[in-house]
Amino acid sequence: MKNKSTVKHRVDEESATIINDGTTNPIKIELKNTSFVLRDKEPKQLAIEAKGLVKKFGEKRAVDGVDLAIPKGTVYGFLGPNGAGKTTTIRILSTLLKPDDGRVSILGYDLANEADEIRKRVSLTGQFASVDEDLSGLENLVMIGRLLGFSRKEAKERAWELLSAFALEEAGKQQVKNYSGGMKRRLDIAASIVVTPELLFLDEPTTGLDPRSRNQVWDIVRMLVSLGTTVLLTTQYLDEADQIADRIAVIDHGRIIAEGTSRELKASVGTGVFQLRLKVPEESERAEEVLSGKLQTEIHFSSTDSSAMSAQVTNTALVAEAISELTKEGIEVIDFSLGQPSLDEVFLSLTGNPPEEKGSEGYQERNHHTEGGG
Amino acid sequence: MAESFSNSSNAIDNMDNEKLRKALLIRERPKKANAITNTLTFGWRALLKIKYIPEQLLDVTVFPIMFLLMFTYLFGGAIAGSTGDYLQFLLPGILVMTVVTITMYTGMELNNDIRKGIFDRFRSLPIWRPSVLVGALFVDAVRYTIASAIMITLGLILGFRPEGGVVGVLLGVGLLVLFSFSLSWIWTTLGLILRSEKSLMGVSMMVLFPLTFVSNVFVDPRTLPSWLVGFVDVNPISLVVTAVRGLMHGVATSEQIAWVLIASLVITVIFAPLTMFLYKNKK
Repeated sequence: MKNKSTVKHRVDEESATIINDGTTNPIKIELKNTSFVLRDKEPKQLAIEAKGLVKKFGEKRAVDGVDLAIPKGTVYGFLGPNGAGKTTTIRILSTLLKPDDGRVSILGYDLANEADEIRKRVSLTGQFASVDEDLSGLENLVMIGRLLGFSRKEAKERAWELLSAFALEEAGKQQVKNYSGGMKRRLDIAASIVVTPELLFLDEPTTGLDPRSRNQVWDIVRMLVSLGTTVLLTTQYLDEADQIADRIAVIDHGRIIAEGTSRELKASVGTGVFQLRLKVPEESERAEEVLSGKLQTEIHFSSTDSSAMSAQVTNTALVAEAISELTKEGIEVIDFSLGQPSLDEVFLSLTGNPPEEKGSEGYQERNHHTEGGG
Repeated sequence: MAESFSNSSNAIDNMDNEKLRKALLIRERPKKANAITNTLTFGWRALLKIKYIPEQLLDVTVFPIMFLLMFTYLFGGAIAGSTGDYLQFLLPGILVMTVVTITMYTGMELNNDIRKGIFDRFRSLPIWRPSVLVGALFVDAVRYTIASAIMITLGLILGFRPEGGVVGVLLGVGLLVLFSFSLSWIWTTLGLILRSEKSLMGVSMMVLFPLTFVSNVFVDPRTLPSWLVGFVDVNPISLVVTAVRGLMHGVATSEQIAWVLIASLVITVIFAPLTMFLYKNKK
């Protein structure tokens, strides 16, 4: 098979994206507004294209007219509270659920008529561990490998390769039920890439994981995407969407209520909060002067802690400058943070309401599947 | 931005980036596995489960022994005058009852998978779809055979003397395993419809109890009131018991065997496609 992986280097926030097509063709790079831009010979292909997707569970419209256009080689995030319709949408896109209305094309194949072709090219890692907990990690991966057509020997080799790459080598022969949450999740993702898919669905890949395991999952996703896989993931955390998704769709009540890059979303949502504490409270006036000069915004003092101050900021790059300016002035900062707008704030700003926790049918239905299931 | 503050490369202190890259770079897709390989793989999975959870074999080891001893000595004197005579009549029947009862575990196993994410994984794979079920059913057929072997061995020790000889016994077991394989499709159908293992257990007991007891497993139906005989005669379990008993004692007619084959076929033709339809369209 012809390998058409795309390697993408993010050089820096603002400036340039250099896209290196893995083939031998020369790469055309254009200089345009201080950015290097690769002009595709062909228009950018879409991994997922959906129009007017609807799924009803009884009276409830779990998915209510979703349109998507997700380019290949990107990470796309579905952000929304429980029951917003994220899982239902992913289950439709991964051929597990038939939509009631709408047209979907996955990697150029029609969902309604070419589901088999799609299944060959996509993988799904569900919200709940989609591995057999009674078997060992090795046996799980060998099983998937055999099902996909590897010989016994190839399946075993591939399984060990993945176990080793995912830091599961030592636990390879243990039953999965003894794995930690992070290990289970990694095995789960490994099972999805026994044959590296062109498109990977990850349903809440980091829910319930500790920060370190979460970072490991993010690293896997980044690596996959850098090698050309398109990833569609769902999350309840703005922070997560911000960290790994190129574009984000905010979903509520089965509809996409906002869509864009995290920068665009945050711009529409409002500002972050910059907080810091000084070592010497007496320096706060001098610090205020420096900060307000740099950040071009009003500095607030804490009413309870004379060494603490905060500011609403829009340009986060200025924060780093402000801190180094403080250091230059000899003002010691012992603690600082840049608060992200929370999911609640996003929803509040986009809908005027905090996210609803009442689940849609889709969510409730998934719950049935778990009750008593461990 | 957030990226500038979190240093994610720090976090992978035990995941090797280079190994990861290498593992993910391989995108070669093997030739699609055929239906038989798929089925065998799922059979292998079922065998592995027995390896890890050997106590699930209790139903095919301890149950048959318990049932056989219990009913032979409990009813033998009262029904046939002697346990030795009763055993000749009872063993084929109780063999059918035991094996038919354990068929419901197939549905429970499937129901278990559905409530876990692995069901979604299997459904999203490019494989021959029935293989998930057929593979498991084949392994169940092995379990039925184990149960049969244990019961017959114990029966022989207790004084069971089949007049049909080795061939008759083997044919009887074969016919029973075939019928049980068909019957399993009913439990897989229910396993896909019912929400929990408990409700599945309840429903199967409700079906199996009357079917196995109100049959010719324990008693000759001629002793029953006439309205009950009507039911016993059409009860598929009775058909199977008659044929298996006949084969083991060398008196089976081809008509008796044909009825079992027809019943198996009818059950499979209805419930196998129904199972697959539900499987494909499961929400």
